[in-house]
Amino acid sequence: MNLEALASCLSTSACAVTQVSTALIIGMLLFMVASGLSLIFGVLGVINFAHGAFYMVGAYFAYAAYQATESFAVAFLAGALGVGLIGILFERFIMSRVYGKDVLMQLLVCYAAILIFDDLVKIIAGPEYKMMGMPEAFALPPLEFGGGFVPAYYVFMILASLAIGIGLWLAIEKTRLGKIVRALAINPPMVSALGINTTMLYAGVFGVGSLLAGIAGALAAPTRTLTPGMGLSILIESFIVTVIGGMGSIVGALIAALLIGFTRAFGAIGFPLFVDGLMFAMMALVLILKPSGLLGREPAR
Amino acid sequence: MAEPLLKIAGADVFYGASQILFGVDFSVEKGQTMALLGRNGAGKSTTFKMIAGLAPPSRGEVRLAGETVSGKPPYRIARAGIGYVPEDRQVFPEHTVDDNLIVGAKKGPRGDAHWTTERIYEVFPILAGMKTRLAGRLSGGEQQMLTIARTLMGNPDVILLDEPSEGLAPIIVQAIADLIRRLRDMGVTIILAEQNMHFCLGIATHATVVDKGQIVYRATIEELRHNEEIKSRYLAV
Ligand SMILES: Nc1ncnc2c1ncn2[C@@H]1O[C@H](COP(=O)(O)OP(=O)(O)O)[C@@H](O)[C@H]1O
Ligand SMILES: [Mg+2]
Repeated sequence: MNLEALASCLSTSACAVTQVSTALIIGMLLFMVASGLSLIFGVLGVINFAHGAFYMVGAYFAYAAYQATESFAVAFLAGALGVGLIGILFERFIMSRVYGKDVLMQLLVCYAAILIFDDLVKIIAGPEYKMMGMPEAFALPPLEFGGGFVPAYYVFMILASLAIGIGLWLAIEKTRLGKIVRALAINPPMVSALGINTTMLYAGVFGVGSLLAGIAGALAAPTRTLTPGMGLSILIESFIVTVIGGMGSIVGALIAALLIGFTRAFGAIGFPLFVDGLMFAMMALVLILKPSGLLGREPAR
Repeated sequence: MAEPLLKIAGADVFYGASQILFGVDFSVEKGQTMALLGRNGAGKSTTFKMIAGLAPPSRGEVRLAGETVSGKPPYRIARAGIGYVPEDRQVFPEHTVDDNLIVGAKKGPRGDAHWTTERIYEVFPILAGMKTRLAGRLSGGEQQMLTIARTLMGNPDVILLDEPSEGLAPIIVQAIADLIRRLRDMGVTIILAEQNMHFCLGIATHATVVDKGQIVYRATIEELRHNEEIKSRYLAV
């Protein structure tokens, strides 16, 4: 424990600003991944354990596209759309076969997919660490906030994920398609009896959830070292986020993801050995006090 | 003679290994209001689920305006013009009244869209006063009206109403009866599943009686009204 270091960081604005920006980056990336996981679970009732692998694939797609074109916009689109497409194919050909089956079957199928994706990455990109580096477009001087400096790319990342999160929330709450998707989460036979192709909608929702993981991977690529297997820790943290925030709640995922981000960023200074412990303790506390999560619905009926 | 609007021919339905419907046969002409009568457990709801594609027949078929629709997925059957209102008022409880209607909105089979939310609120003034209320907070009668309205939003050619009066207070039952009569007078083709023949008397034009998964009687509602034998054998009156 080093609470003195934590206190001194909080009292110097340079350190506080740096840590807040770190917290926001961790939190917003986690939010992207967790909201996709939560959307898929909320509507389809399946847990996509391969979600972390999709994040990894998004990062590698972005890396490869950037190597080929040197354009960050192309890299971003490659990560996002490539993984969205993989998600649709994965749902159609694999996941849809285990709907309504034991959750163990879903786990098994997804675990197989994780192993395959990890190996494919090793075969195609090689087992060694990869660095994408800061894209040309963001080679700007860092921005100053109250005495602290934040790289331009970090600011972009935070704002971009926030915009995507707001867009997702608006799409689900306000558009007709979003209203149909929420109805699908509650009563699929009724939705299909109203003339809606639920099979296609399931694939679409899985695709959008996967797209979010791909976006997170693409956004993370310039700031992380890429390795096969990099999806595992973010998958576990996403589970913590969905448990704390409530499965199926976008706003809950945002709050919980920021909570984890701040715990990680400031914990690293104040109590580096207990960061993971505190995250799990918070999850346990939520499970005890409100099992459906901070903003999760109580299970129907 | 032209084919009836809806024709069910020799339909068998199984739930798992147990057979529920046995060669169900009846048809409905355009503009008719058909009462599908039978005791509890007779097979009325299963007949509707079969027509709507939620419990497809293993033998026999359902034809709509001469085209076979059985075997298609439920959404294709709905788009072909069959509107299904299930028995237990399956509103989307966490959607507002308005949003329930929006989820149900679609063009009819010939691209027609005469039912709009404005039109619905004219015909269902009760719902007009609670557009932003969550459907889960409505009374049973209001939820029943909402499920009917939601199905109308899909501009169907035929609507299947499964026991719309079930579990409602007499005064609400009256309001539902008035509503169905109004739809009938607009020319909407309706099949009305009921245990209660009296509810259907002033509403339906024709009657089909189902018992133990088989059709046992077909006539006009007036003929049924005077047939004491059928009534005492198959209906709880
Ligand atoms: N999901 C089901 N699985 C097995 N049997 C069922 C199921 N639903 C209904 N049944 C049986 O089918 C028969 C007809 O039921 P139903 O069509 O609901 O009758 P009704 O609507 O006329 O009351 C009943 O004997 C009922 O027990
Ligand atoms: Mg019934």
